[in-house]
Amino acid sequence: MKRFIEAGKILLANWLGTLLETLLETLREIFDEAAYARFLARTQTASSATAYAAFREEFEEAKARRPKCC
Amino acid sequence: MLGGRKLAGHEFAGQELARYSLSMNMKKTISVLTWGAVALLGAAAIGVVAVHRGEPINALWLVAAATCCYALGYRFYSRFIATKILVLDALRATPAERLENGRDFLVTNKWVVFGHHFAAIAGPGPLVGPVLAAQFGYLPGTLWILAGAIFAGCVQDFVILLFSVRRDGKSLTEMAKEEIGQVGGFVAYGAVIAILIILLGVCALIVVNALKDSPWGTFTIAMTIPIALLMGLYLRRIRPGKVLEVSFIGFVLVLLAIWGGQWTSETLAVAQIFTLRAPTLAIFIIIYGFAASAVPVWLLLAPRDYLSTFVKLGTIGMLGIGIVVLHPTLHMPALTRFVDGTGPVFAGKVFPFAFITIACGAISGFHALISSGTTPKLIARETQTRMVGYGAMMCESAVAIMAIIAACSLQPGVYFAINSPAGVVGQTATAATATISNWGFPVTAADMRTLSHAVGEQTLFNRTGGAPAFAVGMARIFSQSLGGERLMALWYHFAVMFEALFILTVLDAGTRVARFMIQDALGHIYKPLGRTSWYPSILATSALIVAAWGYFLWQGVKDPLGGINSLWPLFGIANQLLATVALCVATTIIIKMHRTRYAAVTLLPLIWLVAVTFAASWHKVLDPNPRVGFLAQARVLAAGPATPATARLIFNNRLDAAVTTILVLMVALVLIESVRQWMAVLSGKSESRVKESPFVMTRLAEERV
Repeated sequence: MKRFIEAGKILLANWLGTLLETLLETLREIFDEAAYARFLARTQTASSATAYAAFREEFEEAKARRPKCC
Repeated sequence: MLGGRKLAGHEFAGQELARYSLSMNMKKTISVLTWGAVALLGAAAIGVVAVHRGEPINALWLVAAATCCYALGYRFYSRFIATKILVLDALRATPAERLENGRDFLVTNKWVVFGHHFAAIAGPGPLVGPVLAAQFGYLPGTLWILAGAIFAGCVQDFVILLFSVRRDGKSLTEMAKEEIGQVGGFVAYGAVIAILIILLGVCALIVVNALKDSPWGTFTIAMTIPIALLMGLYLRRIRPGKVLEVSFIGFVLVLLAIWGGQWTSETLAVAQIFTLRAPTLAIFIIIYGFAASAVPVWLLLAPRDYLSTFVKLGTIGMLGIGIVVLHPTLHMPALTRFVDGTGPVFAGKVFPFAFITIACGAISGFHALISSGTTPKLIARETQTRMVGYGAMMCESAVAIMAIIAACSLQPGVYFAINSPAGVVGQTATAATATISNWGFPVTAADMRTLSHAVGEQTLFNRTGGAPAFAVGMARIFSQSLGGERLMALWYHFAVMFEALFILTVLDAGTRVARFMIQDALGHIYKPLGRTSWYPSILATSALIVAAWGYFLWQGVKDPLGGINSLWPLFGIANQLLATVALCVATTIIIKMHRTRYAAVTLLPLIWLVAVTFAASWHKVLDPNPRVGFLAQARVLAAGPATPATARLIFNNRLDAAVTTILVLMVALVLIESVRQWMAVLSGKSESRVKESPFVMTRLAEERV
């Protein structure tokens, strides 16, 4: 029984961990943090005000063209 | 010996097979029993919601009915569409994989795409529409939201997403042009522009109605502008790219602004500055819309978008939990006397107006733009389109159910006092309460005074538009679990801020999207006008778009019937028109895929939408009742005393009638073109070839998706 509960706890912890990880990843995508990270990786630059400005410039039109529903 | 082992092996295999078969049978039995129980519970809940009369019912019945319907719809109907019609292929590489460029096209985790898609489709529509339609009672809205979403809205989002995925992420306009013809593409383009303009006018009007004569609300919303600018600068200069962090900071600052709003409303000198009449607020919002369209995205639009998404996702989650935990009683009857078309919130019978008023929670053409916009470029596997397309729309529909619950948990008298324009119920509190009580929904001026005081407002009468009624309902639900009556005012202003914030985000983003569309079109006439970075073009096209929706806003503000009466149905018609275009595209593709026997899946919602759109348009243009028909109202006004205001109202009514007629003609055009295509394909006169990208085998490993 004890082993069963222990296994259940581990399973639950793993599941919660995955859930939180996915949630955070989703938020990072929605909030464009992931897009910025990809931009840095693609251009092989470190995060800075200049890099962020370049990212926004590249990203600006795509972002502004994205419709938001009513 | 060998023979004996062989025999033992056979016996073993036989036992394994028997065990496997038993386990499969057991699984099947459990599945049948579980889904049978869900169906029974759903049927019972729908039965209670539909049949119960007299005593108020608990909101949990609505929650149970909705949950069971969504579960059954997803498990069975969407699966049927996925396997029988669309034949989703997990081995076919999606554009996210084939065209991956790290920017637009990107293989993304399915839950991330789901969140992204939901955040884009969920706006103020599913909150406002159901609140307005609650004037018919909770039943028509609830049934339409459930049936509409499961059989129409979710289907539209799902099939359009999949068809776009199979066409390299093409937009609805491009697909309409390719599959239906030039007319389809042209109508889709016109419908998008029309929807955007009308939508922006209506959205701005909702904000004006929520903030007029409310120093607390106006202060809070005004503060979101410097907060957004601060966030923009923080992101650019102090902590580049830390969006979640700055959104959290922005959220804390907004909460401080709500708290500061209370001080503002209680300090006479400051309160006077922020107590604005509707026309003044309208002018400010028009100026704001122009500025938001013309200033760089990073400075205002992007941070406000982040802030509103942060607040939106959190608040919707909180409201869902609040409703389940507190399960309020629905005081509104299942059906009110206003199903006959005499409603004070907006005029018109339950058919077709309930189905025009509730668009986003049941079916929204606008979703087709998102399903054929960013989302198809992120999908890793075709099979995920079911969860993202069908599933996200189900969640949006659940938000609409929450809005119905929030509105119907108010006492009906209070609901009508908030949502009825002065032109219908009377100018004074005494007149309004007498009119509403005479309808059989008792309410007193003292009740309304107490409620206004509790939420920190001077008055709650004539707050048309749906947002204030939703805010009162939401504040009541929140205050019952957190802080009690003491915090009711804070919760009310939190709700107003929440709605106004993301309505203004729609305003910013919509104005800019429309500006780009106009610039793209004008670029064909004179090249520099198409350049999105050329300031003369930016200013001219921004002014054009803002003037267009600003006109509708001004018209709504000056309308003695509150504006929403005319403008919301217009928006509903425009939105359902776009859904009609999307369903025409979907049906055409299904027929071309040789799945004609299943075409009813999109054809029936299409027929329903055409019936609704045509009937609503006929009423709005030609109905002899001046509260419903634009032309009848113009005639009544023309017969009265001639004043400059009358002349303007007559012109506005005729303009609305003309806009509605143009929208209907557009529907008719695209329908005729589609039917011509179907006939040609079915009779063999036209080649039945879908314009899909060629099949390429996926190379993605399972763990990447």
